[in-house]
Amino acid sequence: MAATFELEVATPDRLIVREQVAEAQVPGKDGYLGILPDHAPLLTELGAGALTYTVGGASHTVMVGGGWMEVLPASVRILATVAEKPNEIDLKRAQGALDRAEKRLKESGAMDIPRALAAADRARARLAVAAEFGR
Amino acid sequence: MPSLIDFRRRIRSVKNTQQITKAMKMVSAAKLRRSQEAVVAGRPFAGMLQRMLANVAGAAAGNDSVKEHPLLQQREQKKVLVVLVSADRGLAGAFNSNVNRGAQKFMQELPGTEFEIEAVGKKGRDYFRRRGYTIAGDHQNFSRKPNYGDVAAVAKKVSARYASGEVDAVYLAYNEFKSVMTQQFRMVRVLPVPLPEGEASTDYIYEQPAEELLGSLLPRYVEIELWRSVLESTASEHAARMTAMDAASRNASEVIERVTLQMNRVRQASITREIIEVVSGASALK
Repeated sequence: MAATFELEVATPDRLIVREQVAEAQVPGKDGYLGILPDHAPLLTELGAGALTYTVGGASHTVMVGGGWMEVLPASVRILATVAEKPNEIDLKRAQGALDRAEKRLKESGAMDIPRALAAADRARARLAVAAEFGR
Repeated sequence: MPSLIDFRRRIRSVKNTQQITKAMKMVSAAKLRRSQEAVVAGRPFAGMLQRMLANVAGAAAGNDSVKEHPLLQQREQKKVLVVLVSADRGLAGAFNSNVNRGAQKFMQELPGTEFEIEAVGKKGRDYFRRRGYTIAGDHQNFSRKPNYGDVAAVAKKVSARYASGEVDAVYLAYNEFKSVMTQQFRMVRVLPVPLPEGEASTDYIYEQPAEELLGSLLPRYVEIELWRSVLESTASEHAARMTAMDAASRNASEVIERVTLQMNRVRQASITREIIEVVSGASALK
């Protein structure tokens, strides 16, 4: 049997993934991280992006909108502020959010820049995950 | 002596009430199941956050910027904010008075401290407003379908007031869901954040400095604690209402039984009386 580790992804209102996976690509705050079994213990903050993991040769994708990750040799726990499976993503809403955020960034002024940037990131992550699934 | 019609009327009225209590019991049972599921679904995240916070706190302990974090400042408790999670509606047995009395007792045990109430739920707000407490905030309709965004907004507001020094501590008062039969009043401090003690159990690699990670986790902790208390309270509310309505339905059955018995006695008595009258009338004619 190939080596696997347990991957758990939880949001405040539900546990979205709990599976034995062979590999995971995680959107870290400063770039993607690849996790294989027996990884050294690691704690990090996550950015918005697509989380990809492999279960028995099949690849799955989940949109993660920021959070934290704890890596242990046999398990990876992800605390996501929001997480959605590809079929749960509301395309129209994501597109609308992206447009709004970009508009706010252009106007700049006294607006809350980090918040608009984060919103744009989340929207882009949603759209990217949805696009990958051919929606 | 009430007449037969009076008895019938009484029975009908009790039956009507019983129908309502039965319906409310069924509705609460359905809602209870859903809110129980929500409590269970929220547990993994809360548990993971606790563990992560403990680890990060251990790793960052002794760092000066940690001690200065605005959500960790220990101050003398002169002004305390109590976030009171109650129900919007009554008819739930002792559910609301449990929280209200518990919170009031807590506040009375600390004389000389000024208290403000951030009310989640109408019943708690009304109770403390009547007693002249300051209501700093008032939120309703959380328990119908708890929404994380709404709860997080309250948590942000409360955290901001604490960070700016407006209040010196924040407590959460709510009913914890133990089982369908028991709900227990809980009062916990969320601000300053009670950091779990102990050494970091694992030697982690940190992508970001531990204190930075801690800084981003702390606000989330307040949100999660409040979110969990709202979920627990919602489940407790439905459980309490279901139990109360079940008891009410059973009481109604008892009342109906008793009144029916009385009614039959009166009916028997009047029949007996009539027979005696007829018999004695007939014998008088002999």
